[in-house]
Amino acid sequence: MKFRGDSMIAAGIDMGVQNIKIVILQDKEVIARSIIPSGFEPRRAAEKAFEEALKEAKLSLKEIQHVTATGTGVEMAPYTDSTISMIAADARAGVFLYPSARTIIDVGAEESRVVVCDEKGTVLEFAINERCAAGSGAFLEAMARALEVRLEEMGVLSLEAKGTVSINATCVIFGETDVVSLIHKREPKHEIARAIYDALADRITSIAHRVGIRPDVILVGGLAKDLGFTAALKRKLETEIFVPENPEYAGALGAALHALNKAGGR
Amino acid sequence: MRFIITYYGYMDGSGEYYIVVDSEKCNGCGECVTHCPKQVLEIIQTMVDLEEQLVAAVKEEHRKNIKYSCSACRPEKATTPCVSACKRKAITCIWKPKAP
Amino acid sequence: MSEENQQYWRWREYHLVIPERKPKGSNIITAGVDVGSVSSKAAIMIDGQIYSVSIMRTGSSSSDSARRVMEWTLEGTGLKLSDIHYIVGTGYGRVNVPMAHNTLTEIACHAKGANYIWGPTVRTILDVGGQDIKAIKCDEKGKVLAFLMNDKCAAGTGRGMEVLADLLKISIEEMGEMSLRVDEEPDPVSCTCVAFARTEAMGLLRRGWSKEKVLAAYMRAMATRMCNLLERVGCERDLVVTGGQSRNIGIIRRIEKMLGMNTLPPPKWEENGLDPMAAGAIGAALFAKALYEKTKS
Repeated sequence: MKFRGDSMIAAGIDMGVQNIKIVILQDKEVIARSIIPSGFEPRRAAEKAFEEALKEAKLSLKEIQHVTATGTGVEMAPYTDSTISMIAADARAGVFLYPSARTIIDVGAEESRVVVCDEKGTVLEFAINERCAAGSGAFLEAMARALEVRLEEMGVLSLEAKGTVSINATCVIFGETDVVSLIHKREPKHEIARAIYDALADRITSIAHRVGIRPDVILVGGLAKDLGFTAALKRKLETEIFVPENPEYAGALGAALHALNKAGGR
Repeated sequence: MRFIITYYGYMDGSGEYYIVVDSEKCNGCGECVTHCPKQVLEIIQTMVDLEEQLVAAVKEEHRKNIKYSCSACRPEKATTPCVSACKRKAITCIWKPKAP
Repeated sequence: MSEENQQYWRWREYHLVIPERKPKGSNIITAGVDVGSVSSKAAIMIDGQIYSVSIMRTGSSSSDSARRVMEWTLEGTGLKLSDIHYIVGTGYGRVNVPMAHNTLTEIACHAKGANYIWGPTVRTILDVGGQDIKAIKCDEKGKVLAFLMNDKCAAGTGRGMEVLADLLKISIEEMGEMSLRVDEEPDPVSCTCVAFARTEAMGLLRRGWSKEKVLAAYMRAMATRMCNLLERVGCERDLVVTGGQSRNIGIIRRIEKMLGMNTLPPPKWEENGLDPMAAGAIGAALFAKALYEKTKS
């Protein structure tokens, strides 16, 4: 039996553009997670998400010994004791989930990252695709809208396809026109869906090649749950990809691990 | 004398990326094409201002993806194979990613 | 796209004939047809002088658009298609102008057209089309010296502006002017991505920014992008702007300020047909004359 007093309790907040994610760790065990849309008031949303996570963990705020924040909106994070970059968070989480992880690919709503690290989770190299929607989840969202298919159904739909169609557009805005013209040409929706995933996976793969892929490759972030995307990425990368459970929490987990270290006074 | 300098590539939120071909210096020899590990380049016959010439060019499908197509050669760090291969300095590389 | 949305981004289509130029006898009649991704233009010239010009929206088929704009340009001229001695086609990608005797690159036609419209002092042309931005350097004869095209990213293109106009629920024609109605120029938006503008612009409006201020921030960012492209090829005076954005005064004023040089104003094209938007078609018609004379010699 372990008494409350012996444990170290830390929390990580990932202030994502679309969603705020919280992870609470008790020693090396995840005891709570929560996710809430950032909306127009990310700070408030983060507070709410924190509340929910605390409820799940049956803890109060003061029992958290250290809180580390990360993510695009990190300056707006509440209760923060320290911050780390998304890159560092990805590496930490990757190695924690898979000790053999050396390349972590994180595809978020508005940004994509590829991080190469060592066995301790120290970042060796990284590449970020930012400020361009075409290399992120935003591309998928916009294309799904143009295709008039619900985002959640895109993945499974694309798996039926053989890859007869391709989309050359390198911009979300131009891509929308491409999709519309493919529909007018009566190309089947599942083929268009696959083309969309292939285009995105292609860009992510190129970013990955920039830093040099080292096995094992881990995929995290919201898009990691999308079967259509993982299939396309495996095709383009031509290597095995591991996807952990709850991949969208990787950033928050990495931050929480960092917080745990800090709580231990190390 | 006729010449045209063509910038193949683009600028987007993340930076500027161009392969530049000077058609005055380029004689269409194809050395750059041979040395490119990704088949990004080709020799084309182009008519600009009513005259025809063989010049090196970036293939159509790579022009909008140049950041990705050429990334393996690390243009921001070193001289790329295509640039090294050209004895007439007809092809150059401009690579300016914005700091993250 | 709904009917309502379509109104926001239509440039006014028009057709203009200059009656004094009506051909008689042994004139050389040539035409140029420029089928762009967003608009199609045609110009008919008599001995290298503008007689008729039209601009209309490109449809789903480029060959169809070429036919329709040519037809419209012939209206009211007293001419038939067969009266034209030589037609040059140009435009976006592998354009198909079925009635053309020859096809030339849009870059060459644009430079030639700009040289015709503004004269031999033009050295730098910024062409902002529907789906691309081009920076062209030329000599005093309108011959192309350097060329850069950006069609990877919608920021700054006509299409990008359309999305922005649609987002803010204003017409594309008033965007430019509205963006100048600010007391103080705001900082440019940090991210030019038009797809992200959907959330970023909304965020700014929510923060209490007026539409004018949001527009100013975006126009400034777009103008910076365009200046960077111009500086890449080397910006020399005289500088002119062609394409859809040539009508956007918010962009023009800002580019002039950033580069420290004035752009040559467009001539009174409503009267003389020298519309910068039709520069490609005009240049094509001029090349048509040169090519026709070559065949006759």
